[in-house]
Amino acid sequence: MTKLSSLPNSLRSGPDDRGRFGIFGGHFVAETLMPLVLELEEAYRAAKADPEFRKELDYYYRDYVGRPSPLWFAQRLTEELGGAKVYFKREELNHTGSHKLNNVMGQILVARRMGKKRIVAETGAGQHGVATATVCALFGLKCTIYMGATDVERQKPNVFRMNLLGAEVKPVTAGAGTLKDAMNEAMRDWVANVEDTYFLVGTVAGPHPYPEMVRDFQSIIGTEVKEQIMGLEGRYPDAIVAAIGGGSNAMGIFHPFLDDEKVKLIGVEAAGLGLDSGKTAASISRGRPGVLHGNRTYLLQDKNGQIEEAHSISAGLDYPGIGPEHSWLNDIGRAEYVSVTDQEALDAFQVCTRTEGIIPALECAHGLAHVMKIAPKMEKDQIIVLNLSGRGDKDIFTVARHLGVEL
Amino acid sequence: MSRIQARFSALRKEGRGALIPYLQAYDPDYETSLALLKAMPKAGADAIEIGVPFSDPSADGPTIQAAALRGLKAGATLAGVLKMVEDFRTTDQETPIILMGYLNPIDSYGPERFCVDAAKAGVDGIIVVDMPREEADLLDTYAKREGLDIITLVAPTTTGERLRYVLDGASGFVYYVSITGITGTSSASREQLEEALPRLRQATDLPVAIGFGITTPEQAKTASRIGDAAIVASALIKTMASTLTAEGHATGSTVSSVIKQLEQLAAAVRS
Repeated sequence: MTKLSSLPNSLRSGPDDRGRFGIFGGHFVAETLMPLVLELEEAYRAAKADPEFRKELDYYYRDYVGRPSPLWFAQRLTEELGGAKVYFKREELNHTGSHKLNNVMGQILVARRMGKKRIVAETGAGQHGVATATVCALFGLKCTIYMGATDVERQKPNVFRMNLLGAEVKPVTAGAGTLKDAMNEAMRDWVANVEDTYFLVGTVAGPHPYPEMVRDFQSIIGTEVKEQIMGLEGRYPDAIVAAIGGGSNAMGIFHPFLDDEKVKLIGVEAAGLGLDSGKTAASISRGRPGVLHGNRTYLLQDKNGQIEEAHSISAGLDYPGIGPEHSWLNDIGRAEYVSVTDQEALDAFQVCTRTEGIIPALECAHGLAHVMKIAPKMEKDQIIVLNLSGRGDKDIFTVARHLGVEL
Repeated sequence: MSRIQARFSALRKEGRGALIPYLQAYDPDYETSLALLKAMPKAGADAIEIGVPFSDPSADGPTIQAAALRGLKAGATLAGVLKMVEDFRTTDQETPIILMGYLNPIDSYGPERFCVDAAKAGVDGIIVVDMPREEADLLDTYAKREGLDIITLVAPTTTGERLRYVLDGASGFVYYVSITGITGTSSASREQLEEALPRLRQATDLPVAIGFGITTPEQAKTASRIGDAAIVASALIKTMASTLTAEGHATGSTVSSVIKQLEQLAAAVRS
């Protein structure tokens, strides 16, 4: 691993010293925040180089998060699809029910090293908010979570959880009241409280070093998959599939495999009502490069550079951007980005529940829907790993509504 | 000599600081904001900052955000804002115009084409909120070639060492963001400004304009004396917004009430 990433031609060596992956990334923030961003970069470098930091993080990963998460052979689903063997990386078994805790645990330890007393974060579906509120409870830090008013409404159980954990949830009514607006509001809070506040970003986006840092913390997923699949199958998978909003679970499982060219990496964006419906969250398929929230990346925007609202049945995917490293992987052709509609995700959600007894988050149901498309066309000795990044308890109300069931 | 330079050196002779009002282009519509723009110099504006509406103004407060959304609803585009400056220049060749906005609309327009068109329209300086010094090479070359000043922002968080870095090659004036926060919220005290300015003066010979949180004539007077200019934005937009109909349309008092407030601010700066 170390050997590969030390090669200058490794795809894993990004970002460059300007915080860029090709033309993507960078630090496009107001001058007020710039010194903070640089301070964070320095603090993260120091942490990364400190064996004590890794030891501390490993301790929390093992005894608090519950790592390693299993790699599950989905036998009944595989039989139903009648093609490639499908494995699930069970990130939904992490404490708080998603991959989000991997990143949050890492960042909270960085924040503590920096002596920060207060944490702000943004959340869409609430998975990142719940994870952040959890570690703030664990370490006794003040916590404010910004959440779009629309999301507060459709994700009530997670709002209640955050409140129980002692966090203050601030509904954001600006814009469409979704994740993009929550992100703006969290940045405003950060600008106003730079002295004692740490901005805990939930995905592989934002100004450098966030995309790198979040990726590093999430890379535990792919690192474990490497070892687990070698143990189970004696070889690497043929394809890895993961759903993409900002793209942290996907980057986490992709990154350790970037230099293993034979492993196909597939990111699944939310097409919403369809790529050409105008109600989509597929930033790569329907966006173009631009600058928002501190980084250059693919964005849903109109011809004048105004950002468009994203739509997805999944509150966790309706962000108009995507992490800059994904944009780069798309442009160099190392990863493939496809999309899946709300309806396809709903169908996959039900198939997963019936065949494997696992209720997936609507986010990963998008990934699964794509697996259901490609697995039957693959050989029986081929292997697909799906990152099952979150559990679906939070989504049962949304699913029930779409199925016409009143809870 | 650029209009910005000319204006500041004239004011230095006059022995006073500048008053720089801000207006959001197309807020609440093109005609009203152009009328406001044209009326501002006579009411005491020494230079004018025009906000380019953006959907996600994450460094601005609720007042400017609402103004930006009204502007977008009225059809604001970067090209339209440049047209507005062009229209203004038909009646005013002296007042410096500074565009302020976020990077994405400029990026989308094309950085080079933007600098060419902005200079042609009569823009003198550009403030890009989310383009720190680290990323400024995106516009620097084109701006320099077209004679546009990229106004450098300095914040209370900007450290001494960083100050030298961000001011290296700066032109026009320096915009001191006097609070750590978003526009239109808190204000810096006289003491805070008196402490901050000498540090800045040591690092640059350029005029220093103070913005963020300047609301009253008294605050404008203080800022224009401790610095070289006071920038007033949210306070004027609030006044304007209060004259609009429930649907957000301009009324008979929209331009006049802002102009009246501007005159009071100008009188204080001149007193």
